[in-house]
Amino acid sequence: MKPLLEVNQIQIAFESDSEEVISVEEVSFSVNPGETIGIVGESGCGKSVTSLSIMGLLGKNGKVNKGQILFGEEDLTKVSNQRIRDIRGNEISMIFQEPMTSLNPVFTIGNQMIEGIKLHLKMNPKAAKEYAVEMLKKVGIPRANEIMKEYPHALSGGMRQRVMIAMALACKPKLLIADEPTTALDVTIQAQILELMKTLQKESNTAIMLITHDLGVIAETADRVIVMYAGQVVEEADVFTLFKEPKHPYTQGLMASIPHLEYESEQRLASIPGSVPSIKHMPAGCRFHTRCPYATERCEQEQPRLKDVQAGHKVRCWLTEEDGLRTNSDQPKEEIFT
Amino acid sequence: MVPYIIRRLLIAIPVLFGVMVVNFIIINMAPGNPVDMYVDPNSSPELLEMRKEQLGLNDPLYIQFFHWLGNLAQGNLGYSFSTYEPVSKMIFERIGPTFELMGLALLAGLIIALPIGILSAVKQYSKLDYLATGTSFFGISIPHFFLGLGLIYIFAVQLQILPAGGMSTLGSEDNFLDKVQHLILPVIVLAVGISGQYVRYVRASLLEVLGQDYLRTARAKGLKEFVVTNKHALKNALIPIITIIGMEIPFLLGGAVITEQIFQWPGMGQLTIQSIMSRDYPTLMALNLLTAFMVLFANLLTDIVYSFVDPRIKYK
Ligand SMILES: Nc1ncnc2c1ncn2[C@@H]1O[C@H](COP(=O)(O)OP(=O)(O)OP(=O)(O)O)[C@@H](O)[C@H]1O
Ligand SMILES: [Mg+2]
Repeated sequence: MKPLLEVNQIQIAFESDSEEVISVEEVSFSVNPGETIGIVGESGCGKSVTSLSIMGLLGKNGKVNKGQILFGEEDLTKVSNQRIRDIRGNEISMIFQEPMTSLNPVFTIGNQMIEGIKLHLKMNPKAAKEYAVEMLKKVGIPRANEIMKEYPHALSGGMRQRVMIAMALACKPKLLIADEPTTALDVTIQAQILELMKTLQKESNTAIMLITHDLGVIAETADRVIVMYAGQVVEEADVFTLFKEPKHPYTQGLMASIPHLEYESEQRLASIPGSVPSIKHMPAGCRFHTRCPYATERCEQEQPRLKDVQAGHKVRCWLTEEDGLRTNSDQPKEEIFT
Repeated sequence: MVPYIIRRLLIAIPVLFGVMVVNFIIINMAPGNPVDMYVDPNSSPELLEMRKEQLGLNDPLYIQFFHWLGNLAQGNLGYSFSTYEPVSKMIFERIGPTFELMGLALLAGLIIALPIGILSAVKQYSKLDYLATGTSFFGISIPHFFLGLGLIYIFAVQLQILPAGGMSTLGSEDNFLDKVQHLILPVIVLAVGISGQYVRYVRASLLEVLGQDYLRTARAKGLKEFVVTNKHALKNALIPIITIIGMEIPFLLGGAVITEQIFQWPGMGQLTIQSIMSRDYPTLMALNLLTAFMVLFANLLTDIVYSFVDPRIKYK
């Protein structure tokens, strides 16, 4: 199957005070039509930057220096401004982490809904309005007709995120990028929103790129997972493999830090020692070596590449490349990461 | 909304009273008194005393004040000490020219400032931005008397294409073109300062909005940058600007003291200067009352307009 989106070895840099800071490097992954791909990683590892680069929304200071973002036949890093605007909100949509601030406070929900519909679906105002109401109903907003006339401040966070979803899905995009869509919401609303996204995805065969901190959310929704660390992809696998056999020490650390109900209550929750290196001072060699319990001399000097260890399972680590066999079952992970 | 407005108006009454008490005290504390100003200095002390008695200046201050207040309650602002005309008539004659001058200046200033401020914010730290902020700084700091005299020197004295002052040429009071010609220079002087300020306000306010999440949402919809800036960002950025414009309303009627003086513009600013110079207490009190009232009124008006542009604000 030909992937819908293929991100190929991209490097993203930001201009700040006349110096260039590289935020994301050698990031590659692909998204197939209709699948859900999860992206996890610590704060600041470049998840949002990667997704914004697909939308061409890096802003004035940011740009993709190297690599390609293939969407169909087109390289999104090279298309014209006009073309990327046609794609945004139409073929690729995005919803953001902060529903409270993502809607414009001085325009009605209806106004903001209709804007994109008129632009991409070329509907007349009346038809656009009816369609907007229909979309609001679809995402489970009660009194959709009245909500159209409301301003965002009158809606709760969960409702606003539903509006964002309605807006994002109105033009039946092929890809929906959801950047931590539920982080700002409470748990019950979180589950509802994820459920809603799944239902709508099935209806329209939209691929979803789900960015989150929450491994629980990943386990429930994603088909495939990409783990990012310090601006790079360190592991990619389907969701079962990743949870069962995480290969990269960082992924193993992440897994060990999930609380499990069945564990003894006195057992301490594991955490990864140290903190993410800052983008201005990336360590040489493997970027994780400063925190890795298995780090060798080679890890400090040479940077590993993202390599296939099995079909569909890629890891960026010298250890797996060398013996290819060692898994986390060799040593109990809790001992390593405490 | 209506109960809110009524409440605000009722609150305004004690505020106005307080303001006028303070004004009255300060005016009377100033050295000198009206009689010394108008009466021939060679007249006898008895005559001066008689005039003072006539004008009620020998009464205790609080009696004078309540006298003034009593007249005010009957809609009588008193008579000028210097021209003996009713104060209301004097103000009425002056308010039109001032409103015309100040209104046009504010309008011109805003029309210049808005696009420059927007461009300056959108292209922050560009050459254009530096040019705009630099020029606006110049506009704010150049004194009105200096710019006014400079313009008079160039356009009225040297080039002789515009009049040096006044509202119209004698004999052609109804000539529209003549009126416009008289307006040009004073409006420019005032608009330079106003647009200088507003370029900065618009720029600062828009910059604050430009980083907001909802603009990213608007861009993510595929909207053109022009729509993102001029629809989504600008409407938010203009909300604080409205307050600033609202605070400008009292000046629309208060007049521009120095500019009116330089251009011999028969407006409120000139009247204010004249009545201070001649210790014309009734006129001064009336002018201060009007200003205080306008400030309160402008605040209320601003709050009301606010509730229309910002849906988050509702008054009950
Ligand atoms: N506009 C920008 N200018 C300069 N650097 C930026 C900019 N945006 C992001 N960065 C940098 O890029 C890196 C990646 O940021 P990004 O927002 O993608 O992280 P993230 O993985 O989404 O984190 P979080 O989970 O907190 O959302 C960070 O180090 C950040 O400082
Ligand atoms: Mg992020």
